[in-house]
Amino acid sequence: MELFADLLLIAIGAALVNNFVLTYFVGLCPFLGVSRRLDTAFGMGCAVTFVISVAALLSWTMTEFVLRPGAPLPNWVWSSLNPAAEAGAVDLSVLSYIVYIFVIASSVQLVEMYVRKFFPPLYKSFGVFLPLITTNCAILFACLEIMKHVVARDWGLAESLTLAIFGGVGFTIAIVLMAGIREELELCEVPESLRGAAITMIVAGILALAFMGFSGIGANVEKLLNP
Amino acid sequence: MPVPEPTPLERFLNGILPENPVYRQLLGLCPTLAVTAAMKPAMTMVGATAFVLICANLITSLIRHLLKPHLRILVFTLTIATFVTIADRTLAAFAYPMSKLLGPYVPLIIVNCMIISRCEVCSSKQSPKTALADAVGVSLGFLLALASVATVREILGNGSWFGIQLVPESFPTLILMILPPGAFLALGSLLGLATWLGHRRKARASEPHAGSA
Repeated sequence: MELFADLLLIAIGAALVNNFVLTYFVGLCPFLGVSRRLDTAFGMGCAVTFVISVAALLSWTMTEFVLRPGAPLPNWVWSSLNPAAEAGAVDLSVLSYIVYIFVIASSVQLVEMYVRKFFPPLYKSFGVFLPLITTNCAILFACLEIMKHVVARDWGLAESLTLAIFGGVGFTIAIVLMAGIREELELCEVPESLRGAAITMIVAGILALAFMGFSGIGANVEKLLNP
Repeated sequence: MPVPEPTPLERFLNGILPENPVYRQLLGLCPTLAVTAAMKPAMTMVGATAFVLICANLITSLIRHLLKPHLRILVFTLTIATFVTIADRTLAAFAYPMSKLLGPYVPLIIVNCMIISRCEVCSSKQSPKTALADAVGVSLGFLLALASVATVREILGNGSWFGIQLVPESFPTLILMILPPGAFLALGSLLGLATWLGHRRKARASEPHAGSA
């Protein structure tokens, strides 16, 4: 029950209260670049959610077993090479950024090959954006959050995956809302110098303002679950 | 006919205004919005990003003849990740409170599109000298962009600049500007202002022609 409450809080936090795009500003490139039409925006959201989950699973595994201070794998290798070493002395966390980037790049490649093979129409519709996901900060951001909590030893696999999936859902919500607004915006008369990126930014600001209202939900759910 | 290679000075000047990474190319928006609530973190961020950009550009330029086309993005990212690790550890060792404040945004320099685009567009094709000039120019452009956004946000949101109180304490401040929505609003308005200034200058430049025609 306690785990469920934790997971619910993490889910609400990641999807609504601390929305990846509107509070942490990660994943802005696709948020601005692919939000012209509703269907491509939704496709991009789904692709990001999928990649973020795969990458989170892989990076949790790497952090837990290899990268965190005192992780089992490198310590086992080191102590079998050097029996005199003290237990848990190896700390590979300096390598974590490089490993995460590698993990993200390979999972994007994997998703791209899978989609191309089994869903050709879908591949055609967002094939161009898939490689771009590699440099999508939202995914690295999720990996970093997971690393922070795994190193502090307060998150397991369930919490990490919840953060990743609902972070992706939050990204999808934000980009679909944005695409809906921008489709309407095409019909409006925007001052000439604000056209393009500037008005999109201002709309995103108003959207972020609206999302700040969700912080009340987060606080209330927390009160409800831990009276 | 080979296109003449741009001189280092041209590249340097190009990066500051004509090809400003934030205002003209809309790259590197994530740090521009995330760390600009005040000047100090913004300037630390510029320092870290400039270090990574310059080092990564130099290295990619030195190894440009060894790059395989299909693996180049991976090589760029791994080079950048290495320098980001160095910057992150240095910051954590010598400026711990600042490193805590910037949090995940220092490691997120790895996926700053600005750096990858410079590696791809410039340094993987040109000599180290040109690449260095380009990196310094783009860094200055990035400095200009972050400083402008941070100035607007810190003065309006906190009434101070670089931590120095500018307006009296009793003056009402717009808390909104140091919160996330304020970042979007400030950058949106500044982008609009930049476009407006650009248009006006273009109109001024074409006026004499219109008069003579």
